[in-house]
Amino acid sequence: MGKTLAEKVWDAHVVRKGDGEGTNAQPDLLFIDLHLVHEVTSPQAFEGLRLAGRQLRRPDLTIATEDHNTPTLEIDKPIADLTSRTQIETLRANCKEFGVRLHSLGDKEQGIVHVVGPQLGLTQPGMTVVCGDSHTSTHGAFGALAMGIGTSEVEHVMATQTLSLKPFKTMAINVEGTLRPGVSAKDIILAVIAKIGTGGGQGYVLEYRGSAIRALSMEARMTICNMSIEAGARAGMVAPDQTTYDYMQGRPHAPEGADWDAAVEYWNTLHTDADAMFDVEVDLDADTLEPFVTWGTNPGQGVSLNDAVPSPEDFGDENAKLAAERALQYMGLEAGTPMKDIRVDTVFLGSCTNSRIEDLRAAADVIRGRAKDPNVRMLVVPGSARVRLEAEAEGLDKVFKDFGAEWRFAGCSMCLGMNPDQLAPGERCASTSNRNFEGRQGKGGRTHLVSPVVAAATAVRGTLSSPSDLESVSVAASDAA
Amino acid sequence: MEKFTTHTGIGVPLRQSNVDTDQIIPAVYLKRITRTGFEDALFAGWRKDESFILNQEPFSAGSVLVAGPDFGTGSSREHAVWALKDYGFKAVLSSRFADIFRGNSGKQGLLAAQVAQDDIELIWKVLENNPGTEVKVDLVSKTVECGNVVAPFEIDDYTRWRLLEGLDDIGLTLQHEGDITAYEATRPSFKPKTLPARG
Repeated sequence: MGKTLAEKVWDAHVVRKGDGEGTNAQPDLLFIDLHLVHEVTSPQAFEGLRLAGRQLRRPDLTIATEDHNTPTLEIDKPIADLTSRTQIETLRANCKEFGVRLHSLGDKEQGIVHVVGPQLGLTQPGMTVVCGDSHTSTHGAFGALAMGIGTSEVEHVMATQTLSLKPFKTMAINVEGTLRPGVSAKDIILAVIAKIGTGGGQGYVLEYRGSAIRALSMEARMTICNMSIEAGARAGMVAPDQTTYDYMQGRPHAPEGADWDAAVEYWNTLHTDADAMFDVEVDLDADTLEPFVTWGTNPGQGVSLNDAVPSPEDFGDENAKLAAERALQYMGLEAGTPMKDIRVDTVFLGSCTNSRIEDLRAAADVIRGRAKDPNVRMLVVPGSARVRLEAEAEGLDKVFKDFGAEWRFAGCSMCLGMNPDQLAPGERCASTSNRNFEGRQGKGGRTHLVSPVVAAATAVRGTLSSPSDLESVSVAASDAA
Repeated sequence: MEKFTTHTGIGVPLRQSNVDTDQIIPAVYLKRITRTGFEDALFAGWRKDESFILNQEPFSAGSVLVAGPDFGTGSSREHAVWALKDYGFKAVLSSRFADIFRGNSGKQGLLAAQVAQDDIELIWKVLENNPGTEVKVDLVSKTVECGNVVAPFEIDDYTRWRLLEGLDDIGLTLQHEGDITAYEATRPSFKPKTLPARG
C-alpha cells in the first residue's frame, strides 16, 4: 500500500525507530530540519541548556526573530513595558551566547516568525519544521511537516536537533470546486473547523486536497494550514506543486543550480500515493461556501456571514449547549441576531494567519476609494518588515492611511495583545487573526474571526459585512485612489 | 523530573469544555523568563470572579483538576502547565486533551489522565455534593478514585513509563547521539541552512 504525504515526510526523518510494537511502541526519534525561535517560549529552554552545560547542537538550522512582544509604533524607542523589554533583551543575549541568527526589531527581516521563515525560503517541501508556537502548522503549506511544540521540546531540539514523536493518524480534507468571488482561504478553514470541531483534528495530521486547494496561492495555503491547530490537529499539509516551486525560486535560501534540480526531483515525490489510505476523510464543497465568521469564543463556533447567531438550543450535545450559552453571554450577543447586524468597534488586519502581501492587497482593493465608518478603529499590521516595505512600494500604505486606518510596524500585535495593541473590555473586533478565545485580544475583548476582505468591508460599513454588501464605487473615485 | 506513582488530593470540578491555554494563563503573564512563579497567573481572568471555583473553599487547596472535554486547546505555551503546577495541581482529568498540552504535561510531570466523560460527570457530582472530597490518581494501576467512583484512565505507555521513572527526555535521546550523527551525514545538500544567505 502507498503512503500519504505526511507518512513520507515522517519516514524520511526517522533517526531511530522506537522500540516495541503497537500501543507499547516507544516514540520514533525524528530529525528536525528547521527550528524557529522567538522571545516568549525560548528563555526557559536556553536557561535549561545553560544549567545542564549543553550547547545548541545545530545553530545552522536555527533562526530567531522578535515578534510577540514587539511594539508596532515607535519601534526606534526602547520598549516601554519593562517585562516585554527584558524578554526581548534576554533573547538577544541568548542568541549571542549560543550563536543563533537573530532578526531583531528594526531589521528588515524581522517579523512574525511564520511569515519570516517562508519569505526567506527557509521553509521548503519535505522538511520537518518546529517552533515553540502552535501556529507553526503554517509551514505545512509547502508540504513540510511543521509542528508547534512546548518549551521543554524547544530545549530538546536545541540540545539534540531531534524530537521524540508518536506517529499521528492522517485525515484528508477534500475541498472540491471553485470559490465564489469574495470567498477565500480563511473561509475554507473556518468552515472546516466549524465542521470537525476544535477537537476534531486531535491526533491527526491534516492534508488539504482537492481542486479548490490546488487553485490557491502559497499565501492562501499558509492561511489554511496556519489554523489547523484550531481544529486540534498537530499539523496541516498541502502537497507541493508548481505553485510552490514558483513561490520558492529565487528566495534567499532556496536551492540553486544543480541543487534546485535535485530538490525539485525530490519534491515531486512528495504527494499522497493513489493507493494510500487516510484514517479519515472529510469533504467540503467550495462552490457553495460563503464568507464565514465566528460568533463565539472558540474557532469552531462559526457560521456563514449570511446566517444568524445560533441559539444554545440548536446544539444537541449538553457540553456544546453550555459552551454556547457561555459564549453568547461573553460576546454580548442574542441568539437569532443576523451576523450582519453586529456592529464592531475595531478591525484588526494582521497576524500569522492573514498579514501577508496578498492579504493586504485584497483588503486594500475593497477599501480603495471608500470611506471608513467613523466609529471604527482599524489597525493594519503587516506580518513582517519586508511585507511592510513591499506594501509601501505598491502604495498600499497610502490606501490604508487615506481610508483612515492605522499603518503599523510588523509583529503579532493585537492577535494576542502581548504588546500595547489590545482591545478594551467589552470592545468588539472583526479580526483576521486565528483565535476568538475569551480575553485573547485584551481582557474582556470580543473577537469575531473573519477574512481580510470581510475585515475591510466591515471597516467600511461598521457592521460585519462582505464586499458584496458594499455599494459600488464610481470609476473616478477608484482612479483617484 | 520527580517520579509520579500516586497522588491523592482535593478534587476541583471545572464544568467547562474547551478550556484553552489562553484561559489557563493569559498572554500578558507569559513575559517572565523563569520557569517558576506562575501560580498567580493561573486562570487569572476567571479568578477575578468571586464565584470561580478556585475562589471557593475548600477547592482553593485543590490538587486534582477535573475538567470538561478539549482541555488545553490553543496556544502551545508550556506556561499553562507551569502555572497549574506552581499553583499546586498534580493531575488534570479530562475526556480529551489537546495534543500539545498533553505533551507539555508529560515533560513536566503533570499527569494528564484521560477519563471517559461519563466518569467525569460522576466525579463532578461527588465533588459538588461533597466539596473537599479527595481524588486518588494511581498511575501504576491507571485508575482514579473519588468517593464511590472508581474509573480507569488512559495515558500512553511511554509517557507513563517516563513519569513513573522520572526520566529526563534530553538525557534519554542523547544515549542515541551516534544515530543522530549518522542521520546528519545523509542530509541532502539542497536542504537550507540558516547561516548567512547568499547575496
